[in-house]
Amino acid sequence: MYTLATLPGDDIRSIMWRFADRFELQMLVQSVRAVARGPVARAVAEGARNSHEWTTKKSQLLKAFDESGITAVFMDPEYGGFIEGPKNFALALTAYELSWVDAGAATGSLAGNLALEPIHERGTEEQKRTYMGGAVPPQQGEDRIQYRGAFGLTEPLPYVGVETGMLGGKVRVADWSADKEPVLQVEKRGRFITNMDFANFVCVAVESDDDRIKGSCMIILEETDPGTFDRGAPTLKLVHQLSSTRDPVFNMKVPASRIIGGYTVKDGVILPNFSHAEIIDPVFKHTRVTVGLMTAAKLVSAVEPVIRYQRGRFRGGSLEPESPRYKLGIQQKEDALHRTAAVWAAGEAASSLGFAAARLFDELDPMEKEKEKYFREQGINKGRAEFKALMKIQQDAVNHLENDDDAPIGDPMIQYVITDSLANVLCPATKLWNTGEGATVMREAVSLMGGYGITEDCPGFLGQKWMDSQLEATYEGPEAVQRRQLSITMTNKVFLTQFGNWIQRLENLSLTHSDMGIKSLVSGMKIWLETLDYLQTHRDENNTKLYSSSRQGVTFAMADALCWLLSSYYQMEDVLQLLQKGPENAAVAPNLEGYVAFFKDLCFIQASRAAHQVAQICSELYYGSASTLPESGDILTPLLQELNANIAGVHLAKDRAAEALTMVMIPEALDYPQ
Amino acid sequence: MTNLNVVVCAGIVPDPLQTLDPVQTGEKPGLRNEMMLPHVLDPWAGHALYEAAELVKETGGKLYVVSIGPKAKLQQVMMTIAQKVPFQLIAADAAAGGFSDSKQIAVQLAELVKQIDGLDLSNTLLFGGWESASRGAGTTLQMVGEILGVTDQFQGVDKISLNDDGSFKVLERIEGGKHLHSSCSGAPAVLGWATGYLPEPPNNPQIGMTNMRTIMPALQQAKPADLENPELTFTAVELPKQKRDTKIVKDISADEIAQEIIDWIKSK
Repeated sequence: MYTLATLPGDDIRSIMWRFADRFELQMLVQSVRAVARGPVARAVAEGARNSHEWTTKKSQLLKAFDESGITAVFMDPEYGGFIEGPKNFALALTAYELSWVDAGAATGSLAGNLALEPIHERGTEEQKRTYMGGAVPPQQGEDRIQYRGAFGLTEPLPYVGVETGMLGGKVRVADWSADKEPVLQVEKRGRFITNMDFANFVCVAVESDDDRIKGSCMIILEETDPGTFDRGAPTLKLVHQLSSTRDPVFNMKVPASRIIGGYTVKDGVILPNFSHAEIIDPVFKHTRVTVGLMTAAKLVSAVEPVIRYQRGRFRGGSLEPESPRYKLGIQQKEDALHRTAAVWAAGEAASSLGFAAARLFDELDPMEKEKEKYFREQGINKGRAEFKALMKIQQDAVNHLENDDDAPIGDPMIQYVITDSLANVLCPATKLWNTGEGATVMREAVSLMGGYGITEDCPGFLGQKWMDSQLEATYEGPEAVQRRQLSITMTNKVFLTQFGNWIQRLENLSLTHSDMGIKSLVSGMKIWLETLDYLQTHRDENNTKLYSSSRQGVTFAMADALCWLLSSYYQMEDVLQLLQKGPENAAVAPNLEGYVAFFKDLCFIQASRAAHQVAQICSELYYGSASTLPESGDILTPLLQELNANIAGVHLAKDRAAEALTMVMIPEALDYPQ
Repeated sequence: MTNLNVVVCAGIVPDPLQTLDPVQTGEKPGLRNEMMLPHVLDPWAGHALYEAAELVKETGGKLYVVSIGPKAKLQQVMMTIAQKVPFQLIAADAAAGGFSDSKQIAVQLAELVKQIDGLDLSNTLLFGGWESASRGAGTTLQMVGEILGVTDQFQGVDKISLNDDGSFKVLERIEGGKHLHSSCSGAPAVLGWATGYLPEPPNNPQIGMTNMRTIMPALQQAKPADLENPELTFTAVELPKQKRDTKIVKDISADEIAQEIIDWIKSK
């Protein structure tokens, strides 16, 4: 039996999540943690969440964000930031640290970035310089007003809500004198707009209501522009109360230069260079990953308070201090330990999936810029022409993956297509699984604290975190949106070929790592792949395709199933990384064996659970899509039998993990107030 | 006074919030799972560092931090400390934990100070913690000063006020919650800090990024320091035991309460 010495610290996490060699990120983690477990935790402990209003105490968090560098994380050094290159992983770490204590604080911090995202992705150089440079906190001796932004997309219910394809907000030409820049009249009502209590600019999505403007666009409104800048009523949300959220109303005149990405004039018509959808797509393509990581942080953060509660449950009575009941408390009971291990395992899987996605987007960002450049040089325009060109490269990418997965990819466009296909799956998967399943597991964590769990002063704020996770499952695109996206992207041949290669690789790994449930994961992956193939190639008794966009009962269920597999897969990847790199770290090496053994057991627990979730979903679709068994021969039953054989020993893994939980050394007290 | 340098001797300790459980590790005591515990800058050294940073800002001198500890843990602590104030790190790699001989540490620290390129000791103040959150013999800094020949020493310092001619005044803590006011003609001197008056500076990532350009090479070049002293033995190591006897009284004077405490101590 191994020993889990302590709860895993930064040394281990930086190896698993691949930032051991990036000291700027390690500094960021420490900096954000000081804010999270200092002013943020104190605000929650003092009841700041018990108000919808933006209070003085809440506004003090902005100062803490500014001083600690959180506000400037998003900015490139040329605009006053301090981290070079893509920031997806840095922002993911920031969100994770803040959400360890309170996700509302994380949302408040990230919402400022979300407001800048359209400008970052599509803005003109002048817009970037003005708003991104202006959002960096003023340095000592600098006299200027700091820009703080809000992202104005969501509109009031009923009717539009968060439908990104249509808009209630309108834009018209208010004044267009000869040889002068047009002045636009912008009308927009927002709902659930974060940062609205203090934002001095808002990026709003609007549609043309004027023949002289084509299509839709996003426009920057400033507080001082002429017209109505009504911050509106506070949104009566039950969660994330440390972030400011209101339902604003805008009716303002702004110069056309505020159109994000600029515009051209043709035949007397203003043509925005980017429609609002062309701006929002690249924004949401990656920002949803950080939301998924917010819930992941909650799950892992629950472990320490739960263990402390379990051990101390019966202390203080007349028990002998040396008695097992005094020492272990509820940890004498198998059920409590097994459930704690399951919560931890889910938290690990969610974290691994989210950080893998964030890292992948850091790789993808420069590739996308290269792709844009390449296509423009080739005279391939956006839209259909680009789509056709990409389809051709996709086949090359599949050929490469099928022939030699490990060979270096010489063609950057093939590399882009491969990375993009994976990113298009990992982002919605992180958002969907981490928050949806995360909310369910968070409920379990709350229940492990007994009645304490649903009190305001529960250590670790677990009750609040449970509630918060429900919002995380909803905002920046609810679960149905993620399932819809996955149901398309997961059938991309480039992704499926990579998925098939993973199976091969895992089968090889299972020969040398037989103790972490790899085979059970492989079984789950095969079941999913075979079922998808069956569903895509067969029709039901009404001769309707089993897998089609209108059959969400099929496609969405398969999307859910895939997420279980992905999270388990990346959890294993991180443990293997620890196994490989841990010996190089002097602090980690002496106790590495125990950590790896424990994490392997968590992998097995999670892989078994994931594979059986997949088996249940796929069985229902495969056997249940017709009134008789499939005519093509039952391909699933042998795989299901194989899965059952491959979970041999999973209960022993649970027992080992449980025992480790009774002995792991935890700090004397939680390092943030309650 | 211009270009006055300050060298801060700053150790790292396991985070006091952690379970600090003494165990026998080989032939000497250590802390259970010590290497896995998160470490922090010794809080007393922290006060010295932040006071030193203010001082060099005033004089235009340079701030050096000299530290001995496990390299991996030093690096972890630097991820926070490097964001606080600008400094140059000089480090040696050795076990921490509070069971090393303070004399051996003093010898090694003095060696590191001597190795600082271009440091004019006659224009330097040597700072450190008056106490430590570790085992805290309270003798290390004094010995470093002695080895370096710096014999003007002040302990329990809360404030230093520099004069234009290089002389300075110092407030040292003494009994009864009072301060001893002293004057010194100038550097070099040793100042062992109590808490000072300055708060911990907020993190500044820009400072951190600048510091890390020199800190990472310094950590990579940190040589092992020999802290072994075969003559040092520990007969027993244990955590202070908590004992509380409460009685409620409302009608006795402070002198009487003090006398009762003295009598109790004498009886032990």
